[in-house]
Amino acid sequence: MKKLINDPDDVVDEMLDGMVAAHPDRLRRLSDTQVVVRTDAPLDEVGVVSGGGSGHEPTHAGYIGDGMLDGAAAGDVFSSPTADEFEALVDACDGGEGVLAVVKNYEGDVMNFETAIELAEMEGAEVATVVVNDDVAVEDSLYTSGRRGVCGTILVHKAAGAKAAEGADLADVQRVGQKVVDNVGTMGMALTSCVTPEKGEPTFDLGDEEIELGIGIHGEPGTERTGTMSADEVTDELTESVLADLDLDEDQEVLTIVNGMGGTPQMELFVVNRRLQELLDERGLDTWDAWVGDYMTSLDMAGCSITVCAVDDELKELLAAPADTPALTVR
Amino acid sequence: MSADGEAAVAAVERVAERLERERDYLTELDSAIGDADHGGNMARGWASAAEAVRELDDPDPATVAKATGRTLMSEVGGASGPLYGGSLVFASVELDDGLTPESAVAFAETYLEKVRDRGDASVGDQTMVDALVPLVHTFKKSIEVDGLPPVVALAKAVDAAERGAAFTVPIRARKGRASYLGWRSVGHKDPGATSTLFVAESLLETARDRLDATVAPDLDATSPTVPEEGATEG
Repeated sequence: MKKLINDPDDVVDEMLDGMVAAHPDRLRRLSDTQVVVRTDAPLDEVGVVSGGGSGHEPTHAGYIGDGMLDGAAAGDVFSSPTADEFEALVDACDGGEGVLAVVKNYEGDVMNFETAIELAEMEGAEVATVVVNDDVAVEDSLYTSGRRGVCGTILVHKAAGAKAAEGADLADVQRVGQKVVDNVGTMGMALTSCVTPEKGEPTFDLGDEEIELGIGIHGEPGTERTGTMSADEVTDELTESVLADLDLDEDQEVLTIVNGMGGTPQMELFVVNRRLQELLDERGLDTWDAWVGDYMTSLDMAGCSITVCAVDDELKELLAAPADTPALTVR
Repeated sequence: MSADGEAAVAAVERVAERLERERDYLTELDSAIGDADHGGNMARGWASAAEAVRELDDPDPATVAKATGRTLMSEVGGASGPLYGGSLVFASVELDDGLTPESAVAFAETYLEKVRDRGDASVGDQTMVDALVPLVHTFKKSIEVDGLPPVVALAKAVDAAERGAAFTVPIRARKGRASYLGWRSVGHKDPGATSTLFVAESLLETARDRLDATVAPDLDATSPTVPEEGATEG
């Protein structure tokens, strides 16, 4: 498999250097770590941080900036950052008002973040956590106890970051993060496997005439492997599963995300979004905002995920509040 | 360097040597039910830890334990980093006032508590907890109830941990990566329980060397090799 890399061992390090070089006014790396923070961190407000394995770009460092994250730790490809990296992240983003850690529900992320938080607390820091588990596909997986945290995480970053920017206290910032978690669902699918830099070949076999539904963001197994389907059929399957999980009332306002897994053209994502909006309309749901793009990828995997988040006045205000980050700008 | 500090450094070095010897064996265990990196991760992590503690100025047991934990946290990765490394850092504070039978028991108990909290695992889930619970409980009982000398207590504890590690073979994994295999995890020895046993054995060897123990531990005496609690949990 052809890859535009040098040495697989250096890929994360070189990627982070390249990201910072592209946004030197916004991002800086903490020396000797894979932690990236705002150039002006820590701010005099609640710090909002996240992190996880690499390979999901622009997640996570792409969401660092005004109105979203203060910093993020990058692990190796599909591996959690270590506890000392998370600890350095929390420390760098603690301006005295406390720190909210947004953690995706993967075993390694949760354990390393928990350890880091406990160590930071021993040093006097105040840290709260929101664990994101929006994937409606599987209850337990290769990497998790309970549901996986996937693309809905971006909305937690956005809402919590906006609340922190308002000058809210740590409990309030955590509350709005949890509010997103309580109201969001996601389900993904793959047309192809991804190829990790280290392995250099597909991590799982998917035939030319096969797709996998309910897949996670590492290409871990989903709920069902089936024959190829049209864009509309795929959209129907994913949307039905998400809506069944959320169980929304008619006229509920929602924000939707059609997220590309890294190897799918915008053309196809828009085709999916077209059908998604038709379905919501048929259900009597009211789309308040629709995002389409690569928000949380899985290297070069072809496929997409669909996220639906029920929004109330408070969440609408926070999700529409200004944000200025490398990967997401809201004006 | 204090005698206790010297012994602590020697213990870390001995663990590193043992895990280097067991690298392939642990990886073989992990490849059956996990992602085949436990041997390499542990050998690399403890080798770095040995290097780190050798460089400490005037080490004492607490700083050695803390530096070891810190190094494991950053070098081992995955779930083993926080489980082994983080727990060691938290437990190290129990040795702040020096190494005594009482502080050793507190150290072991805090370590166990942190591993259980973090991994959310109980006895019978096929994890390192299956070796750790009998190890710590036997050590505590041998010191506090039976009043045995520390090295004898540790020998009994290692014996209990060995049976605990063996106990992971016939059971089904309910926590950790292996749990995904469901019933297919039956028949496999848990890599984390096995490496925990190797660490404990290395500590015992160091303690025996140091004390030049003349009392052969009587391992046939009744020892609580069956965990006092937790067997029916989960």
